[in-house]
Amino acid sequence: MSAEAGHFALILAFSVAVAQFLIGAIANDGVRRVMARTAYANFALMVIAFACLLWGFVQSDFSLALVQANSHIAKPFIYKIAAVWGNHEGSLLLWTLILAAYASAFARFEQKTSEAFYRRVLMVQAAIIVSFSAFMLFTSNPFARLLPAPFEGQGLNPILQDAALAAHPPLLYLGYVGFSICFAQALAVLLGRGTERDWARIMRPWVLVAWVFLVLGIALGSFWAYYELGWGGFWFWDPVENASLMPWLAATALLHSLMAADKRNIFVGWVLLLAILTFCLSLSGTFLVRSGVLTSVHAFANDPERGLFILLILAGFALWGLVLYARFAPKGAVADYALISRESTLLMQNIFLSVATATVLLGTIYPLVLDALGVGKISVGAPYFNTVFAPLLIPSLALAPFAPLIGWGQGDARAAARRLAAAVPAVGVAITAIVYWRDTPPLALAVMAAALWMVFASAHAWRQKITRMGWAGLSAPAHLAHIGVGVMVFAAITATVWRSETIVAATTGDVVRVAHYQLRFDGVQTHEGANYQSEIGQLVVLNTTQILKPERRFYDAEGSTTTEAALVHGLDGTLYAVIGERVNGQQVLRLWYHPFVNFIWVGCILMALGGMAALLKQMRRA
Amino acid sequence: MMWRLALLYISLAFAPAYAALDEKLADPHLEMRARALAQELRCLVCQNQSIDDSDAPLAQDLRALVRARLRAGDSDAAIRTFLQEKYGDFILFRPPFAPHTYALWGAPFLLLALGLFVLLRRHYKAGRR
Repeated sequence: MSAEAGHFALILAFSVAVAQFLIGAIANDGVRRVMARTAYANFALMVIAFACLLWGFVQSDFSLALVQANSHIAKPFIYKIAAVWGNHEGSLLLWTLILAAYASAFARFEQKTSEAFYRRVLMVQAAIIVSFSAFMLFTSNPFARLLPAPFEGQGLNPILQDAALAAHPPLLYLGYVGFSICFAQALAVLLGRGTERDWARIMRPWVLVAWVFLVLGIALGSFWAYYELGWGGFWFWDPVENASLMPWLAATALLHSLMAADKRNIFVGWVLLLAILTFCLSLSGTFLVRSGVLTSVHAFANDPERGLFILLILAGFALWGLVLYARFAPKGAVADYALISRESTLLMQNIFLSVATATVLLGTIYPLVLDALGVGKISVGAPYFNTVFAPLLIPSLALAPFAPLIGWGQGDARAAARRLAAAVPAVGVAITAIVYWRDTPPLALAVMAAALWMVFASAHAWRQKITRMGWAGLSAPAHLAHIGVGVMVFAAITATVWRSETIVAATTGDVVRVAHYQLRFDGVQTHEGANYQSEIGQLVVLNTTQILKPERRFYDAEGSTTTEAALVHGLDGTLYAVIGERVNGQQVLRLWYHPFVNFIWVGCILMALGGMAALLKQMRRA
Repeated sequence: MMWRLALLYISLAFAPAYAALDEKLADPHLEMRARALAQELRCLVCQNQSIDDSDAPLAQDLRALVRARLRAGDSDAAIRTFLQEKYGDFILFRPPFAPHTYALWGAPFLLLALGLFVLLRRHYKAGRR
């Protein structure tokens, strides 16, 4: 019964959203209340629909096709829940639920905005909700029944049965979908012919919220890939990863130019365009993942027909946004700023970030386009992105610490340089030490230097701010986020270019070396898990007596094998062990040492904290 | 959809390259070049994996081929060209610089130059005004 209730709730939610859209589009005045209440009603109905699907999974109701295809009785409880969004239909329901949540949040927290703006934002958001609800109801119904109901499900892809990955899609979607409300706001500004005054200040916290979630979602996904896939990698420049990176880069540009739009009423058109494009990139990410046009390790569920539907949604909203933009893009104040000014630095970062976004987009779709044109099949992989990104990354990192120190209108570059000068010798010493200590490719060294500069200079500027202002100086979101970026980039490079790797076939008692570690192999034991059997190897780190237990799991229900890497985290890096097959009675072991790899995710957390700090600061100001 | 999942399972079941074990070259410098090359070559039957990351039979054969060529004294470029002629551009994770990829390699730099040009021109104009 609950499935029918869910299906019914979904249909009702769709109808409410249609009504809300029509009211918003036709009515002129006096509909603020109606718009708010329809938003709440839509959200409540989506919650009911989602809860019904969740219940189906919890109950292992195999009369539901979706549960049958993605769950299994023997599966641990938490993964029964995660299985809800570990598939196409369920993740789409989650996506739409979050759309409705953002609409409700806007309706609730932005009641002070002008009525026309309020109505238009919710109207555009309702249009997005209508499209996605229709997508679900017409092509991807999560509540489809099976008759007769099978006794057992097919299980969830075992590599998805993981705590980090259970949380990865919701976080990522909170990010992606958050840009819908920014898109809706941009369109509301355009529909109002630019008469809305405070829109930049209104939009900023929404961009920040979505941006923070997206950082955390991407970081969690990369952390999962690192320990679960057993390849010792954390970023593969895989098309689906690129699909999440593009909206992030665009949103970072948006965040920076919004500051100028808010404070100086300039770059107004550019900001609106970015807000439109950021959401379009989120949508195209979904299209790329769901349509199956990409060959990717992430292509878990896809179908060309569904891809076409998403492509239509994407084209529709992109067209709507761009046509409105072309017709009504407002002009801001006359841009009156010197070359050395906050405006200029923000604009320059916007250039770097936009070109980076365009590069990722180009690298991702270029092979598809060539293939479609019949010109030939090419591969665009890490070597391309690393080569093209470095010249964008280095100046961007080098410039970032200056931006918060340079004033609006006309800044003083010399004063800023004097304030940051203390970081130069620190970077010099660090780079000299690195050159003596390790063989490092020159390009990697250059990026490292830029990243270290970003960390040291931002930290130094922050310290000065605290000395100058006392406790109040602690609030420095920009410095915090910039330190995070520097830390992340530095760690990503060290973990790649300085990694050590050992592959051996070992017998029990053998001592194996990797980097400066010696490990004793103590054999393999078999083990019976909740819904799998496994072989667990044991390795003792002789330097520290820590124990690693890499594992290989065999999932009967799904008929597949996963590798569970064993990790020992230290401040200086991570020791990573995987066991393979047995060859001639010997156990194959693959060991890695990744210097500073954890700081990649520490950097991401610092970025997210920076975003949250900016949000707090903004809320206090309001 | 199922065949994709099946492919995924296969590629994951084979995940790390254990076969690399028997293939190691005695000369560490040559071995380093072999690994670096393998990381830039795509496993043609896998899902976006390099031949270094994959244990599919084709990847093993290609790795053996790379090592044999290195032992015979071929340069990295010669090996890449050889594989490119045999399997097409698809095998190279670093796309070649050729007429059909000019846009791919050129666009980022052109866009950057264009952006900076627009920025500077505005200031030049503003200065005159």
